[in-house]
Amino acid sequence: MEIINFLNLVFLAPFVEMVSYPIFFSEVIISGLLTGVMYSLVALGFVLIFKASGVFNFAQGAMVLFAALTLVGLMEHGFPIWAALISTIIVLIALAFVVERFMLRYLINQEDIILFMATIGLTFLIQGFGETIWGSNVKPLDLGIPSESFEVGGLLLNEFDLFAAGSGAILVAVLAVFFHYTRIGRALRAVADDHQAAMAVGIPLKNIWIIVWSVAGFVGLVAGIMWGAKSGVQFSLSLIALKALPVLILGGFTSVPGAIVGGLIIGVGEKIAEIYWGPLVGGAIENWFAYVLALAFLLFRPQGLFGERIIERV
Amino acid sequence: MLRNILLALVGAVVAMTGISSTTVQVAADEQFIPMLVYRTGPYAPSGIPVANGFRDYYTMINNRDGGINGVKVTFEECETEYNTKLGVECYEKLKNKGSTGASLVNPFSTGITYQLIPKASVDEVPILSMGYGRTAAADGRVFKWVFNFPTTYWSQASAFIRYVAQQEGGESKLKGKKIAHVYHNSAYGKEANPTLKALASKYGYELILLAVDHPGQEQKATWLQIRRAKPDWVFMSGWGVMNQVAVKEAASIKYPMDHFVGNWWSGSDADVVPAAAGAKGYKSATFHSPRSDYPVHKDIMKHVYGGDQSKAKSNSFGEVLYNRAVVNAMFAVEAIRTAQGKFGKRALKGSEVRWGLENLNLTEARLKEIGMEGFTKPVKVSCKDHETGGPIIIQQWDGSKWNIVSDWISPIREVVRPMVEKAAAAYAAENKITPRSC
Repeated sequence: MEIINFLNLVFLAPFVEMVSYPIFFSEVIISGLLTGVMYSLVALGFVLIFKASGVFNFAQGAMVLFAALTLVGLMEHGFPIWAALISTIIVLIALAFVVERFMLRYLINQEDIILFMATIGLTFLIQGFGETIWGSNVKPLDLGIPSESFEVGGLLLNEFDLFAAGSGAILVAVLAVFFHYTRIGRALRAVADDHQAAMAVGIPLKNIWIIVWSVAGFVGLVAGIMWGAKSGVQFSLSLIALKALPVLILGGFTSVPGAIVGGLIIGVGEKIAEIYWGPLVGGAIENWFAYVLALAFLLFRPQGLFGERIIERV
Repeated sequence: MLRNILLALVGAVVAMTGISSTTVQVAADEQFIPMLVYRTGPYAPSGIPVANGFRDYYTMINNRDGGINGVKVTFEECETEYNTKLGVECYEKLKNKGSTGASLVNPFSTGITYQLIPKASVDEVPILSMGYGRTAAADGRVFKWVFNFPTTYWSQASAFIRYVAQQEGGESKLKGKKIAHVYHNSAYGKEANPTLKALASKYGYELILLAVDHPGQEQKATWLQIRRAKPDWVFMSGWGVMNQVAVKEAASIKYPMDHFVGNWWSGSDADVVPAAAGAKGYKSATFHSPRSDYPVHKDIMKHVYGGDQSKAKSNSFGEVLYNRAVVNAMFAVEAIRTAQGKFGKRALKGSEVRWGLENLNLTEARLKEIGMEGFTKPVKVSCKDHETGGPIIIQQWDGSKWNIVSDWISPIREVVRPMVEKAAAAYAAENKITPRSC
């Protein structure tokens, strides 16, 4: 009897609930999609750098924090929004320059794991540097983005979530065009394939790295603004990177559309899991469920949904 | 700016080492108190005002009075990042410092407290986990070395239910109500659950438990469940970014904020910052005033900051968590002073300070003498009861500051105390401890 009850709770009752309350189920889906876009924003930064340099940049979360801290810190010092935004972008370009000059330059053609370890070190450096300059207190970030909630046909939507989703969509479109239709984009892909071969055909590797780290910094700034507006700008923004990892595993480390689709699947998947199956095990399953979902995908497509299939001659 | 950048580089290097501490030279006639702090990491916004409050109160005691009856208080900070492992390392690093070793330790983390409890009796360093940690430690017969006055999570949860009953028109009105507990998915966050469940059985309300994983940056699923269940009241045991996001999400789903009550770790100034106007009406429990115009504040302003208000403000002066640390530091100082009454006006060992904690009797008159009349409630600790009375008050955010909006609310002791004694007895049996007779 208990087994039947258990099977019912796991395999039947959640679906009955979804069908019985379609408006609420729709709200869960929409909420998951909007959250997924936010995850994608963070995942994009990883994809950009991996795509262009083959480096898994563990410091991307710290870059999100640093970008948002710099923006809000400058605004607190009296900078108007536009000046703070421009200044922050300049700071991020300077950071990219420093990373290339003092870290990447010495690691050309090193093993991937060496580059990865270097970015772990960079994470601590950026976090410590950012917090010492701008402090560790929670800083409100108000860029005038509307955040009122409203109902449409019983669905509760929030203006800010919609704005974030729109921003994410525009950003992805711009990046897709940049990578596929510009000279720099093609050069970035060449560098990703092989550092030495790219240099041999005249691609300036150092400049390319500065460009890609700058663009990743800019994407980090957008992500930092969106997440920072929700929770205030504070250290925990750097932990957002952990939410991007399952997105990357699922979407593929080299695909911009993959980061978006992966984000949406993770966003919706974790919300459905938490709400319909979470209560069976005491809740709080969405964090690890995202990884379970991603690992399940790995079994069938190790390169992720949109990742490039790796074929190596042995 | 250049100085900041240089400092930042040094700070970054320090951050990379994981643990940092400021070293203090301790003379023979100085009372050493270790300070486990978290000024960095995801919980830094809560940890900074706490660390500043401790530091300022001890500094004020030294500058104003020349110490506790002439014995200077020395302290050393060790960075835990609110990480249990680092917290234990900090404790081990600091426990033997000073001429008499650590006087007592304030872990300021339930996770760290749990790990230090078995060590306390071995090292003879008493733990003062003020309003946090293991609730069962309120039974002093089993937990000789642990003190959690003036109140505990279980007392707080029961007082919250009593507050809801008051607001709804009596205990009989609780039947059929829905009360949700949104909690940090950790030892700390889960502490209130047994009490809320026991009281749900007693009063007939429906309890909805919703866990939020660390750090709590994303809570949409939680608040969708709140929107679906439509609870009459929401109680929250959050910490750090979880609080800020929760308040913002509650406002986002248009939950009535005056029916959303945080526990005392979910009601700081930082918690309402991101939601701004949306946080207006949000409530939280506390056991001290959120104001900063008491004589003790004037003394800190004068003797620590030399009247420099902007410097004080930049050090979290007067914020809720700063005030809480001032209360905590005051308890420590008064316990040492009490112990000096028995053992003499000198630097005391942990075992002697433990006696002071157990015999602490802070009356209204004494609170007035130390500039805290009305700031918090009197406390009388005993061998049997390491928690004392345990009343709470409710504060509410009005959009710019916290205001007290209730009278002191007593916990439901007839429910909580038997639970405490049962849990303590189970701990004693598990750890082969023979309870003291008090």
